[in-house]
Amino acid sequence: MSGETLRFDAVRDGDRLPELAIPLTATLIVGGAIVSRDFTPVHHERAAAQAQGMSDVFMNILTTNGLVGRYVTDWAGRDAVLQRVAIKLGAPNLPGDTMTFSGRVVARDETERAVDVEITGANAWGHHVTGTVRVRLP
Amino acid sequence: MSNSEELERALARYVGAEIGPPAVGPDLVNAPMVRHWCEILGDANPVYTDPDVAARSVHGGLVAPPTMLQVWTMAGVALAGGGGPAADLQQELHALLSEHGYTSVVATNCEQVYDRYLRPDDRVTATTVIEAISPEKTTGLGTGRFIDTRTTYRDAKGERVAWMTFRVLKFKPAQPAQAASPAAAPAKPRRLRPLRSHDNDWWWQGVARGDLLIQRCAECGTLRHPPRPMCGACQSLRWDSVAASGRGVVYSHVVMHHPPIPGYGFPLAVALVELEEGTRIVSNVVGCAPDAVRIGMPVQLEMQDVDEELRLPLFRPVSGAAEEAR
Repeated sequence: MSGETLRFDAVRDGDRLPELAIPLTATLIVGGAIVSRDFTPVHHERAAAQAQGMSDVFMNILTTNGLVGRYVTDWAGRDAVLQRVAIKLGAPNLPGDTMTFSGRVVARDETERAVDVEITGANAWGHHVTGTVRVRLP
Repeated sequence: MSNSEELERALARYVGAEIGPPAVGPDLVNAPMVRHWCEILGDANPVYTDPDVAARSVHGGLVAPPTMLQVWTMAGVALAGGGGPAADLQQELHALLSEHGYTSVVATNCEQVYDRYLRPDDRVTATTVIEAISPEKTTGLGTGRFIDTRTTYRDAKGERVAWMTFRVLKFKPAQPAQAASPAAAPAKPRRLRPLRSHDNDWWWQGVARGDLLIQRCAECGTLRHPPRPMCGACQSLRWDSVAASGRGVVYSHVVMHHPPIPGYGFPLAVALVELEEGTRIVSNVVGCAPDAVRIGMPVQLEMQDVDEELRLPLFRPVSGAAEEAR
């Protein structure tokens, strides 16, 4: 991430965030589950995931939340403050795939110096995650 | 009372209930857990891990990534199950639904609102209320019920630091048979399979051999595509086929952006190609930018193995055609 933080005054409605491609390795999926203390077997044990109709272990929602937060602060910079993260999950993130984030500024709040960013994380199956992130800028 | 009425009554008792005493985070917010999180997620924001930079930041010191909110009170290895008694009302509710066949669970929605970022040595406590249980819904995963919960997170002083609404689907897996056959659920999406019947199977067999065939009336010689039993010109049911040269022009086209159907690349150039023999075929134009496709553009057949089982006759602009069209 860059050292400079975006200034609220420099951000326009409709601004697009640079895309970010996240390779979906088994390391990321299992590691994300473990660092988030989510030991639900479908996130680290293939047989448990297959019993639920999936081909392999799939990413947990905490990891998705973390990546969404990272995507927005990678763009906005270190002094950007996340205020709200609201996401909806769709297609599962499975090992061997890639999730590509895209995002767009959809609202600006002058009083709070905060912007709403609409984000999408797409993989080969469709949209893994869609959502809105509110971030306050200096 | 029917079984389902009984279940509805049982479920209603959980709505509005706090799931149990507040969950107290077993660890204080701490630098090692934050660093492990940032390492695996590739989050390089120094306000989470570099005390010097963090001190000069808007936070005035190290903070935890706000999206780690749930981590501090997660149940850990207990989530792997083991058949013990339910530890709280939420687990009890899940167990009840499992007994009624809703054996699987996935998270579908999550909203987190942060009053402040957590800092090292914060002790996090979470209070969760079951807000709603939906009637049975049919979803892509199977039939199930959505459970909405609202969790309030507080610090050691009892001040709210964040709140979260969370929705899970507790469902009956639509295809439990896949459990026995991992291959049944492909890891990568593939293009839709063509609908093959006795009227067109011969044509797909030609494609599999690398031949683009055109059906020809054996009475009057009229060519037709797609394959069908009767000649539109003379109503004869007798036919044979000829091999197409593979040369043609784009008769019409669209560039498809939405919906992004799994297995296809988007934007997708879909063209109606008029072969030099006179019949037209729906296909894709490859080898040029989708927005460079033009009506009248000369194209050449390109047989492509789009996956290990499917070969398709696609078309590529003849050399220079894409540039001229711009």
